[in-house]
Amino acid sequence: MTTSVSTQQETRRFRVYRYKRGDGGERFDEFEVPVGPHTTVLDALRWIQRHRDPSLALRHSCLHASCGTCGVQVDGREALACVCAVRDQGAQITVEPLANLPVLTDLVVEMHGFFERFPHAHPIIRSSGAPADADDGEVHLEGTHEITLDVPSAVPLHHHPHHDRHRAAPPGADFVRLEDCIECGLCLSACPVAATSHDYVGPAALAAAERLLEEPRGVRREDVLAWASRPEAVWRCHVGFECTKACPADAIPAERIMALRRELMFGGPDDEESKR
Amino acid sequence: MSATDKLPGTAEREQPGPIRHKGPGPAESGWVDPRRRGHGGRALALHRVTGLVIVVYLYLHLGVLSMLLIGSSAWGSFLSLVTAKSFLALEVVLIAAVLFHGLNGIRVALVGSGLAVSRERAMFWAGTAIGTAAVIFAALHILGAL
Repeated sequence: MTTSVSTQQETRRFRVYRYKRGDGGERFDEFEVPVGPHTTVLDALRWIQRHRDPSLALRHSCLHASCGTCGVQVDGREALACVCAVRDQGAQITVEPLANLPVLTDLVVEMHGFFERFPHAHPIIRSSGAPADADDGEVHLEGTHEITLDVPSAVPLHHHPHHDRHRAAPPGADFVRLEDCIECGLCLSACPVAATSHDYVGPAALAAAERLLEEPRGVRREDVLAWASRPEAVWRCHVGFECTKACPADAIPAERIMALRRELMFGGPDDEESKR
Repeated sequence: MSATDKLPGTAEREQPGPIRHKGPGPAESGWVDPRRRGHGGRALALHRVTGLVIVVYLYLHLGVLSMLLIGSSAWGSFLSLVTAKSFLALEVVLIAAVLFHGLNGIRVALVGSGLAVSRERAMFWAGTAIGTAAVIFAALHILGAL
Protein backbone atom coordinates (compact mmCIF):
# COMPACT_ATOMS: atom_id res chain seq x y z
CA MET A 1 0.00 0.00 0.00
CA THR A 2 2.85 2.34 0.84
CA THR A 3 4.54 1.57 -2.50
CA SER A 4 1.48 2.65 -4.42
CA VAL A 5 1.41 5.89 -2.44
CA SER A 6 5.01 6.75 -3.21
CA THR A 7 4.53 6.45 -6.98
CA GLN A 8 2.01 9.30 -7.04
CA GLN A 9 2.97 12.86 -7.91
CA GLU A 10 0.41 14.87 -5.96
CA THR A 11 1.49 15.73 -2.44
CA ARG A 12 -0.20 16.93 0.75
CA ARG A 13 1.40 18.60 3.72
CA PHE A 14 0.84 16.70 6.95
CA ARG A 15 1.21 18.37 10.34
CA VAL A 16 1.68 15.52 12.75
CA TYR A 17 1.56 15.80 16.53
CA ARG A 18 4.70 14.53 18.23
CA TYR A 19 5.38 13.74 21.86
CA LYS A 20 8.08 11.59 23.36
CA ARG A 21 8.64 11.31 27.06
CA GLY A 22 11.60 13.35 28.19
CA ASP A 23 12.04 14.79 24.72
CA GLY A 24 11.15 18.44 25.20
CA GLY A 25 7.36 18.37 25.27
CA GLU A 26 4.77 18.49 22.52
CA ARG A 27 5.30 19.77 18.99
CA PHE A 28 4.06 19.39 15.42
CA ASP A 29 6.28 18.07 12.63
CA GLU A 30 5.49 18.74 8.99
CA PHE A 31 5.90 16.26 6.16
CA GLU A 32 5.22 16.50 2.45
CA VAL A 33 3.59 13.21 1.50
CA PRO A 34 2.85 11.90 -2.01
CA VAL A 35 -0.77 10.81 -2.25
CA GLY A 36 -3.03 9.08 -4.74
CA PRO A 37 -6.79 9.01 -5.20
CA HIS A 38 -7.24 6.21 -2.68
CA THR A 39 -4.62 7.18 -0.11
CA THR A 40 -5.86 7.12 3.45
CA VAL A 41 -4.47 9.06 6.37
CA LEU A 42 -3.06 5.81 7.72
CA ASP A 43 -1.29 5.16 4.40
CA ALA A 44 0.25 8.61 4.63
CA LEU A 45 1.33 8.14 8.23
CA ARG A 46 2.95 4.80 7.41
CA TRP A 47 4.69 6.43 4.45
CA ILE A 48 6.11 9.05 6.83
CA GLN A 49 7.17 6.29 9.19
CA ARG A 50 8.99 4.38 6.47
CA HIS A 51 10.46 7.20 4.40
CA ARG A 52 10.87 10.20 6.65
CA ASP A 53 10.79 9.44 10.37
CA PRO A 54 10.86 5.86 11.69
CA SER A 55 10.34 7.14 15.21
CA LEU A 56 6.77 8.22 14.45
CA ALA A 57 4.57 6.04 16.66
CA LEU A 58 1.05 5.09 15.64
CA ARG A 59 -1.30 2.26 16.46
CA HIS A 60 -3.18 0.27 13.85
CA SER A 61 -4.13 -3.28 13.06
CA CYS A 62 -6.87 -4.40 10.72
CA LEU A 63 -6.78 -1.62 8.06
CA HIS A 64 -10.55 -1.85 7.47
CA ALA A 65 -12.29 -0.02 10.33
CA SER A 66 -12.93 -3.17 12.29
CA CYS A 67 -10.42 -3.13 15.14
CA GLY A 68 -10.81 0.51 16.16
CA THR A 69 -7.15 0.99 17.06
CA CYS A 70 -6.16 3.73 14.61
CA GLY A 71 -8.42 6.48 15.93
CA VAL A 72 -6.95 9.97 15.59
CA GLN A 73 -8.09 13.54 15.11
CA VAL A 74 -7.82 14.69 11.51
CA ASP A 75 -8.13 18.46 11.35
CA GLY A 76 -9.92 18.37 14.68
CA ARG A 77 -12.44 15.73 13.70
CA GLU A 78 -12.26 12.20 15.04
CA ALA A 79 -11.64 9.51 12.44
CA LEU A 80 -10.25 6.05 11.94
CA ALA A 81 -7.10 6.79 9.99
CA CYS A 82 -7.42 3.58 7.97
CA VAL A 83 -10.64 4.68 6.28
CA CYS A 84 -10.13 8.45 6.29
CA ALA A 85 -9.48 9.43 2.67
CA VAL A 86 -6.85 12.09 2.14
CA ARG A 87 -8.71 13.42 -0.89
CA ASP A 88 -11.56 14.55 1.38
CA GLN A 89 -9.21 16.76 3.38
CA GLY A 90 -7.56 20.08 2.62
CA ALA A 91 -4.09 20.81 1.24
CA GLN A 92 -2.69 20.76 4.77
CA ILE A 93 -3.82 17.99 7.09
CA THR A 94 -3.28 18.12 10.83
CA VAL A 95 -3.20 14.77 12.60
CA GLU A 96 -3.41 14.62 16.39
CA PRO A 97 -4.05 11.85 18.90
CA LEU A 98 -7.53 11.44 20.35
CA ALA A 99 -8.55 14.07 22.87
CA ASN A 100 -9.46 13.50 26.52
CA LEU A 101 -7.12 10.52 26.94
CA PRO A 102 -3.45 10.69 28.02
CA VAL A 103 -0.93 10.50 25.21
CA LEU A 104 1.60 7.69 25.49
CA THR A 105 3.67 8.76 22.53
CA ASP A 106 2.98 10.65 19.30
CA LEU A 107 -0.42 9.48 18.02
CA VAL A 108 -0.86 6.70 20.57
CA VAL A 109 -3.11 7.31 23.57
CA GLU A 110 -3.48 5.28 26.74
CA MET A 111 -6.82 3.50 26.38
CA HIS A 112 -6.95 2.19 29.93
CA GLY A 113 -8.99 5.19 31.06
CA PHE A 114 -11.48 4.50 28.27
CA PHE A 115 -12.09 0.85 29.14
CA GLU A 116 -12.09 1.58 32.86
CA ARG A 117 -15.26 3.61 32.37
CA PHE A 118 -17.36 0.67 31.23
CA PRO A 119 -19.84 -0.84 33.69
CA HIS A 120 -18.04 -3.41 35.79
CA ALA A 121 -20.89 -5.83 35.30
CA HIS A 122 -20.38 -5.76 31.54
CA PRO A 123 -20.24 -9.40 30.47
CA ILE A 124 -17.14 -10.61 28.72
CA ILE A 125 -19.02 -12.86 26.33
CA ARG A 126 -19.06 -11.04 23.03
CA SER A 127 -21.04 -13.37 20.77
CA SER A 128 -24.64 -12.83 19.99
CA GLY A 129 -27.29 -14.72 18.12
CA ALA A 130 -30.94 -15.31 17.78
CA PRO A 131 -32.02 -18.06 20.14
CA ALA A 132 -32.29 -21.63 18.90
CA ASP A 133 -35.71 -21.69 20.44
CA ALA A 134 -36.85 -18.12 20.74
CA ASP A 135 -40.25 -19.05 22.03
CA ASP A 136 -39.04 -19.77 25.54
CA GLY A 137 -37.34 -16.38 25.74
CA GLU A 138 -34.04 -17.86 26.83
CA VAL A 139 -30.64 -18.11 25.23
CA HIS A 140 -28.00 -20.62 26.23
CA LEU A 141 -24.51 -19.53 25.33
CA GLU A 142 -21.37 -21.43 26.01
CA GLY A 143 -18.11 -19.68 26.57
CA THR A 144 -15.84 -19.59 29.53
CA HIS A 145 -18.97 -20.09 31.57
CA GLU A 146 -22.35 -21.36 30.58
CA ILE A 147 -25.00 -18.82 31.32
CA THR A 148 -28.73 -18.97 30.91
CA LEU A 149 -30.01 -15.62 29.88
CA ASP A 150 -33.40 -14.06 29.65
CA VAL A 151 -33.82 -12.27 26.36
CA PRO A 152 -37.01 -10.35 25.63
CA SER A 153 -38.56 -11.85 22.53
CA ALA A 154 -39.07 -8.33 21.15
CA VAL A 155 -35.35 -7.73 20.93
CA PRO A 156 -34.05 -8.81 17.53
CA LEU A 157 -30.59 -10.29 17.58
CA HIS A 158 -28.25 -10.60 14.66
CA HIS A 159 -27.14 -14.03 13.59
CA HIS A 160 -23.59 -15.08 14.32
CA PRO A 161 -22.34 -17.61 11.76
CA HIS A 162 -20.14 -19.39 14.31
CA HIS A 163 -23.08 -20.31 16.48
CA ASP A 164 -24.79 -23.01 14.48
CA ARG A 165 -27.46 -23.60 17.05
CA HIS A 166 -28.62 -20.01 16.71
CA ARG A 167 -31.07 -19.46 13.97
CA ALA A 168 -31.52 -16.24 12.02
CA ALA A 169 -34.24 -13.86 13.10
CA PRO A 170 -37.63 -14.39 11.48
CA PRO A 171 -38.12 -12.95 7.99
CA GLY A 172 -38.97 -9.28 8.10
CA ALA A 173 -37.54 -8.72 11.57
CA ASP A 174 -35.54 -5.56 12.00
CA PHE A 175 -31.96 -6.25 12.80
CA VAL A 176 -30.44 -4.07 15.45
CA ARG A 177 -26.68 -4.32 15.48
CA LEU A 178 -26.16 -4.52 19.21
CA GLU A 179 -22.48 -5.30 18.91
CA ASP A 180 -21.46 -2.47 16.63
CA CYS A 181 -19.25 -0.62 19.08
CA ILE A 182 -15.62 -1.28 18.20
CA GLU A 183 -14.39 0.51 21.34
CA CYS A 184 -12.21 2.90 19.38
CA GLY A 185 -12.63 5.84 21.77
CA LEU A 186 -13.63 8.34 19.08
CA CYS A 187 -16.85 9.18 20.91
CA LEU A 188 -15.01 10.03 24.11
CA SER A 189 -12.63 12.26 22.18
CA ALA A 190 -15.47 14.08 20.43
CA CYS A 191 -17.62 14.50 23.55
CA PRO A 192 -17.68 18.15 24.69
CA VAL A 193 -18.65 17.08 28.21
CA ALA A 194 -15.71 14.71 28.56
CA ALA A 195 -13.50 17.64 27.58
CA THR A 196 -14.13 19.34 30.90
CA SER A 197 -15.32 16.53 33.15
CA HIS A 198 -12.94 13.62 33.50
CA ASP A 199 -15.34 11.88 35.88
CA TYR A 200 -17.91 11.50 33.12
CA VAL A 201 -18.08 7.85 32.09
CA GLY A 202 -18.59 8.82 28.47
CA PRO A 203 -20.74 7.76 25.54
CA ALA A 204 -19.33 4.29 24.82
CA ALA A 205 -19.76 3.08 28.39
CA LEU A 206 -23.30 4.43 28.59
CA ALA A 207 -24.19 2.91 25.23
CA ALA A 208 -22.85 -0.40 26.52
CA ALA A 209 -25.06 -0.07 29.59
CA GLU A 210 -28.10 0.60 27.44
CA ARG A 211 -27.25 -2.44 25.34
CA LEU A 212 -27.29 -4.48 28.52
CA LEU A 213 -30.89 -3.41 29.04
CA GLU A 214 -31.76 -4.65 25.58
CA GLU A 215 -29.81 -7.88 25.93
CA PRO A 216 -29.16 -8.41 29.64
CA ARG A 217 -27.08 -11.61 29.42
CA GLY A 218 -27.71 -12.39 33.03
CA VAL A 219 -26.96 -8.90 34.32
CA ARG A 220 -29.59 -7.51 36.63
CA ARG A 221 -31.52 -4.68 35.04
CA GLU A 222 -31.72 -2.65 38.23
CA ASP A 223 -27.93 -2.85 38.63
CA VAL A 224 -27.47 -1.38 35.16
CA LEU A 225 -29.93 1.42 35.86
CA ALA A 226 -28.35 2.17 39.24
CA TRP A 227 -24.94 2.37 37.57
CA ALA A 228 -26.28 4.62 34.82
CA SER A 229 -28.09 6.98 37.16
CA ARG A 230 -24.97 8.00 39.06
CA PRO A 231 -24.11 11.73 38.84
CA GLU A 232 -21.11 11.13 36.58
CA ALA A 233 -23.10 8.92 34.22
CA VAL A 234 -26.20 9.44 32.15
CA TRP A 235 -27.25 12.84 33.52
CA ARG A 236 -23.89 14.41 32.68
CA CYS A 237 -24.61 14.19 28.96
CA HIS A 238 -25.54 17.57 27.48
CA VAL A 239 -27.17 16.26 24.32
CA GLY A 240 -24.45 17.39 21.95
CA PHE A 241 -24.75 14.28 19.73
CA GLU A 242 -21.07 14.60 18.84
CA CYS A 243 -20.52 10.98 19.85
CA THR A 244 -23.01 9.69 17.32
CA LYS A 245 -21.51 11.96 14.67
CA ALA A 246 -18.01 10.67 15.45
CA CYS A 247 -18.90 6.98 15.76
CA PRO A 248 -17.45 5.05 12.79
CA ALA A 249 -19.57 1.98 13.51
CA ASP A 250 -23.06 3.50 13.72
CA ALA A 251 -23.40 2.39 17.32
CA ILE A 252 -25.53 5.54 17.94
CA PRO A 253 -24.23 6.19 21.47
CA ALA A 254 -26.16 9.45 21.93
CA GLU A 255 -29.45 7.80 21.05
CA ARG A 256 -28.65 4.99 23.49
CA ILE A 257 -27.91 7.51 26.25
CA MET A 258 -31.28 9.12 25.63
CA ALA A 259 -32.92 5.68 25.72
CA LEU A 260 -31.30 5.10 29.10
CA ARG A 261 -32.69 8.38 30.35
CA ARG A 262 -36.14 7.52 29.07
CA GLU A 263 -35.88 4.22 30.86
CA LEU A 264 -34.85 5.93 34.09
CA MET A 265 -37.57 8.55 33.86
CA PHE A 266 -40.56 6.68 32.49
CA GLY A 267 -39.92 2.97 32.72
CA GLY A 268 -38.09 1.52 35.67
CA PRO A 269 -37.75 -2.15 36.42
CA ASP A 270 -41.09 -2.24 38.20
CA ASP A 271 -42.89 -0.92 35.15
CA GLU A 272 -41.10 -3.40 32.96
CA GLU A 273 -42.08 -6.23 35.22
CA SER A 274 -45.69 -5.15 35.11
CA LYS A 275 -45.63 -5.25 31.29
CA ARG A 276 -44.71 -8.93 31.25
CA MET B 1 7.98 -9.43 41.16
CA SER B 2 9.80 -6.78 43.17
CA ALA B 3 10.05 -3.14 42.17
CA THR B 4 13.56 -3.70 40.88
CA ASP B 5 12.36 -6.48 38.57
CA LYS B 6 10.08 -4.21 36.58
CA LEU B 7 10.59 -3.95 32.87
CA PRO B 8 12.72 -1.05 31.61
CA GLY B 9 10.64 2.07 31.16
CA THR B 10 7.88 0.99 33.54
CA ALA B 11 8.27 4.06 35.73
CA GLU B 12 8.17 6.35 32.69
CA ARG B 13 5.05 4.65 31.34
CA GLU B 14 3.28 5.09 34.65
CA GLN B 15 3.68 8.85 34.41
CA PRO B 16 0.60 10.35 32.79
CA GLY B 17 1.31 11.91 29.43
CA PRO B 18 -0.30 15.12 28.19
CA ILE B 19 -3.99 15.08 27.33
CA ARG B 20 -4.97 16.71 24.06
CA HIS B 21 -7.82 19.09 24.51
CA LYS B 22 -10.09 20.78 22.04
CA GLY B 23 -11.07 24.39 22.36
CA PRO B 24 -9.28 27.65 21.67
CA GLY B 25 -7.64 28.06 25.05
CA PRO B 26 -6.91 26.09 28.21
CA ALA B 27 -8.38 22.67 28.90
CA GLU B 28 -11.49 24.25 30.43
CA SER B 29 -12.42 25.62 27.02
CA GLY B 30 -12.60 22.13 25.52
CA TRP B 31 -16.35 22.36 25.04
CA VAL B 32 -15.90 25.33 22.68
CA ASP B 33 -14.39 23.62 19.67
CA PRO B 34 -14.86 25.68 16.54
CA ARG B 35 -13.38 23.00 14.30
CA ARG B 36 -15.75 20.78 12.36
CA ARG B 37 -18.36 20.34 15.05
CA GLY B 38 -21.82 19.08 14.27
CA HIS B 39 -25.03 20.96 14.93
CA GLY B 40 -25.35 19.38 18.38
CA GLY B 41 -21.89 20.44 19.52
CA ARG B 42 -22.39 23.97 18.23
CA ALA B 43 -25.81 24.14 19.86
CA LEU B 44 -24.32 23.03 23.17
CA ALA B 45 -21.59 25.68 23.02
CA LEU B 46 -24.02 28.40 21.98
CA HIS B 47 -26.45 27.30 24.69
CA ARG B 48 -23.77 27.81 27.33
CA VAL B 49 -22.66 31.16 25.89
CA THR B 50 -26.23 32.48 25.68
CA GLY B 51 -26.83 31.23 29.21
CA LEU B 52 -23.91 33.31 30.40
CA VAL B 53 -25.20 36.31 28.43
CA ILE B 54 -28.60 36.00 30.10
CA VAL B 55 -27.08 35.71 33.58
CA VAL B 56 -24.87 38.77 33.00
CA TYR B 57 -27.90 40.67 31.69
CA LEU B 58 -29.89 39.72 34.78
CA TYR B 59 -27.32 41.28 37.09
CA LEU B 60 -26.95 44.32 34.84
CA HIS B 61 -30.71 44.69 34.91
CA LEU B 62 -30.79 44.56 38.69
CA GLY B 63 -27.98 47.11 38.84
CA VAL B 64 -29.80 49.42 36.47
CA LEU B 65 -33.02 49.16 38.46
CA SER B 66 -31.10 50.20 41.57
CA MET B 67 -30.64 53.60 39.89
CA LEU B 68 -34.25 54.27 40.80
CA LEU B 69 -33.04 54.59 44.36
CA ILE B 70 -30.91 57.57 43.33
CA GLY B 71 -33.77 59.55 41.87
CA SER B 72 -35.67 60.49 38.71
CA SER B 73 -32.85 62.62 37.26
CA ALA B 74 -30.45 59.66 37.20
CA TRP B 75 -33.11 57.45 35.67
CA GLY B 76 -33.99 60.02 33.01
CA SER B 77 -30.42 60.47 31.85
CA PHE B 78 -30.01 56.71 31.73
CA LEU B 79 -33.12 56.36 29.59
CA SER B 80 -31.75 58.79 27.03
CA LEU B 81 -28.68 56.57 26.77
CA VAL B 82 -30.47 53.25 26.39
CA THR B 83 -32.93 54.51 23.77
CA ALA B 84 -30.11 55.29 21.36
CA LYS B 85 -30.09 53.11 18.21
CA SER B 86 -26.71 51.58 19.08
CA PHE B 87 -27.97 50.53 22.50
CA LEU B 88 -31.19 49.17 21.06
CA ALA B 89 -29.12 46.95 18.80
CA LEU B 90 -27.87 45.27 21.96
CA GLU B 91 -31.49 44.59 22.84
CA VAL B 92 -31.77 42.63 19.61
CA VAL B 93 -28.71 40.61 20.60
CA LEU B 94 -30.30 39.92 23.97
CA ILE B 95 -33.55 38.79 22.35
CA ALA B 96 -31.58 36.50 20.03
CA ALA B 97 -29.77 34.99 23.01
CA VAL B 98 -32.99 34.45 24.95
CA LEU B 99 -34.75 32.94 21.95
CA PHE B 100 -31.92 30.57 21.14
CA HIS B 101 -31.52 29.52 24.75
CA GLY B 102 -35.24 28.97 25.19
CA LEU B 103 -35.91 27.15 21.94
CA ASN B 104 -32.81 24.99 22.21
CA GLY B 105 -33.73 24.35 25.83
CA ILE B 106 -37.04 22.87 24.71
CA ARG B 107 -35.17 20.63 22.29
CA VAL B 108 -32.67 19.56 24.96
CA ALA B 109 -35.44 18.90 27.48
CA LEU B 110 -37.39 16.74 25.05
CA VAL B 111 -34.43 14.84 23.63
CA GLY B 112 -32.76 14.59 27.02
CA SER B 113 -35.87 12.90 28.35
CA GLY B 114 -35.67 10.31 25.61
CA LEU B 115 -38.56 11.82 23.66
CA ALA B 116 -38.42 12.56 19.93
CA VAL B 117 -34.76 11.60 19.86
CA SER B 118 -34.85 10.71 16.19
CA ARG B 119 -36.18 14.20 15.43
CA GLU B 120 -33.57 16.15 17.37
CA ARG B 121 -31.89 17.50 14.23
CA ALA B 122 -35.21 18.59 12.77
CA MET B 123 -36.09 20.27 16.06
CA PHE B 124 -32.79 22.11 16.05
CA TRP B 125 -33.34 23.51 12.57
CA ALA B 126 -37.01 24.25 13.24
CA GLY B 127 -36.04 26.17 16.37
CA THR B 128 -33.34 28.00 14.46
CA ALA B 129 -35.83 28.99 11.75
CA ILE B 130 -38.45 30.15 14.26
CA GLY B 131 -35.87 32.03 16.30
CA THR B 132 -34.35 33.72 13.26
CA ALA B 133 -37.76 34.89 12.06
CA ALA B 134 -38.60 36.19 15.52
CA VAL B 135 -35.28 38.03 15.83
CA ILE B 136 -35.76 39.68 12.42
CA PHE B 137 -39.26 40.76 13.41
CA ALA B 138 -38.02 42.07 16.75
CA ALA B 139 -35.12 43.92 15.13
CA LEU B 140 -37.39 45.64 12.64
CA HIS B 141 -39.81 46.53 15.42
CA ILE B 142 -37.24 47.78 17.93
CA LEU B 143 -35.16 49.72 15.43
CA GLY B 144 -38.24 51.46 14.10
CA ALA B 145 -38.81 49.96 10.67
CA LEU B 146 -42.21 48.57 11.67
